[in-house]
Amino acid sequence: MFKKEYLGRGIVTVCGIFIIALTLAISVFLLVKGTGVFTQFHHSVAEFLFSDNWAPKDVPGEGGGHIGASIYIMGSLMTCGLALLIAVPFSLAGAIFIAEISPRLGSRILQPAIEIFVGIPSVVYGWVGLTILVPFIRDKLHAPMGGYSVLAAGIVLAIMIFPTIATVAADALRAVPDSYRQAAYGLGSTRWQLIYKVSVPAAKSGIFTGIILGLSRAFGETLAVAMVIGKTRVFPKGILYPTNNLTAAIAADMGNTANGGEYNMALWAMALLLLIISLACIVVIHLLARSGEKDK
Amino acid sequence: MEGIGILNTAGTGALARERADEETQTVTRTASDENLKYKIRDLNLYYDTTQALKAINMDIKPHEVTAMIGPSGCGKSTLLRTLNRMNDLVDGCRVEGKVILDGTDIYGNIDVNELRRNVGMVFQQPNPFPMSIYDNIAYGPRIHGERNKARLDQIVEESLKKAAIWDELKDRLKKSALGLSGGQQQRLCIARALAVDPDVLLMDEPTSALDPISTTMIEDLIQEMKDNYTIVIVTHNMQQAARISDKTAFFLLGEMVEMDSTDVIFGQPRDKRTEDYITGRFG
Repeated sequence: MFKKEYLGRGIVTVCGIFIIALTLAISVFLLVKGTGVFTQFHHSVAEFLFSDNWAPKDVPGEGGGHIGASIYIMGSLMTCGLALLIAVPFSLAGAIFIAEISPRLGSRILQPAIEIFVGIPSVVYGWVGLTILVPFIRDKLHAPMGGYSVLAAGIVLAIMIFPTIATVAADALRAVPDSYRQAAYGLGSTRWQLIYKVSVPAAKSGIFTGIILGLSRAFGETLAVAMVIGKTRVFPKGILYPTNNLTAAIAADMGNTANGGEYNMALWAMALLLLIISLACIVVIHLLARSGEKDK
Repeated sequence: MEGIGILNTAGTGALARERADEETQTVTRTASDENLKYKIRDLNLYYDTTQALKAINMDIKPHEVTAMIGPSGCGKSTLLRTLNRMNDLVDGCRVEGKVILDGTDIYGNIDVNELRRNVGMVFQQPNPFPMSIYDNIAYGPRIHGERNKARLDQIVEESLKKAAIWDELKDRLKKSALGLSGGQQQRLCIARALAVDPDVLLMDEPTSALDPISTTMIEDLIQEMKDNYTIVIVTHNMQQAARISDKTAFFLLGEMVEMDSTDVIFGQPRDKRTEDYITGRFG
């Protein structure tokens, strides 16, 4: 009895500590690697963030190139922003349908359907985008550079983050106490008035949590974006033009650069930037959760 | 009824005696229907196959407090919720019979949202919205189309005054309603219901989650409000029913056993079951 008690607790504790240690180790590793380009090769953070002059030297230990990553950063921001713009209205509508309009149909059909979306590998999304979206944008919207574009990447990302946002938002709406519904109906609210004046505001911290989770997924997505964005290192003139982003650039070049070289280090700096973005998202989610609790 | 009649007679003579006669007649259902707020006729209510209300016939007079008492599960809350069709929100709920409010069958072809504006409801658990005190009160007028800021300010102040909570809250209207005590929240909910200018106020055990002092405040409030509203209250607390109501209806297993003036129900009930219940022999 006692033995089992201690054994179980011991295993759980060791596993827990291991996970914490692993997370810390990865963060420290990224921090060391990602700051190398600034400490070892004396580039400024401002150059990295705001310059578009990207010509790092690819020789171990040799510096003197340029590491302006602003095109990649801009590419990530634009595709993710566009993805949110497209996904949020659909996700919210889906969540409202599941939680308020038709809970029975929603939980039996729509919710499982949405969950299937989550399980589809990103290469499939990318390939579908490549086969359908890119030619469509080229032929119907007359994109000048062959259809590979910010728009294509934004749409593919939107489809990928839609289930995340919709599921979290639906959970948040379902958690709105029924007493609010009773009160609203008791005052003569229509269902739509109840939804947009009571339920959605009451669930707003949960809904924002879903949006941020979707955003952090969009920032981290690599393969599907890489397949449709065109991988062109130039600021896009509009959403129909190709560009490149952080993840696709890292994935494309990481294997081809000399370890310890300036190029390699600059890619690590981009990886560090991605980690910082996702950490920021997590902090925001925690702040939202705390403000949500204060409301209750 | 007798008690009120005697008081009136002692007060203003012939006119009052006339009024007392009228009231007696209503109880025996011979008086004209214009005197009634609600007429409930042969009301049966089913949750799927279970019958929750059986052949209810009941009259509710304006500007009176009608209390519904009875053990848990007797159907009194269900009946209360048929009076503004809140039961429509329950899956599998089916209603037969007539519930006539001011001459109109509310289970006929009517605007349910307008009905619920006209028939306000206060719930067992105080349920303010997670917004400011001001926005809670202004919610009702806003959804019914009031946009004028000055008019809303006025409604908020009047409603809070009617619910006797203006002095406590006037300096913190922009603060969250969730920061109030339970008793304050419940009076806020009453003010919120009054803000849409209803005729009838339904109260579903409004004090059962409150402390004794808050309960007294709400009871006093009910007494003050009956001049302007018709109040129907469900309560588990028989002393409360005796203290605040004019009429009392006793329910058991989905049936209305007896309804009469509160003095009669608590003095000389006609039905043995009513007597057993109010003397605490069961329930």
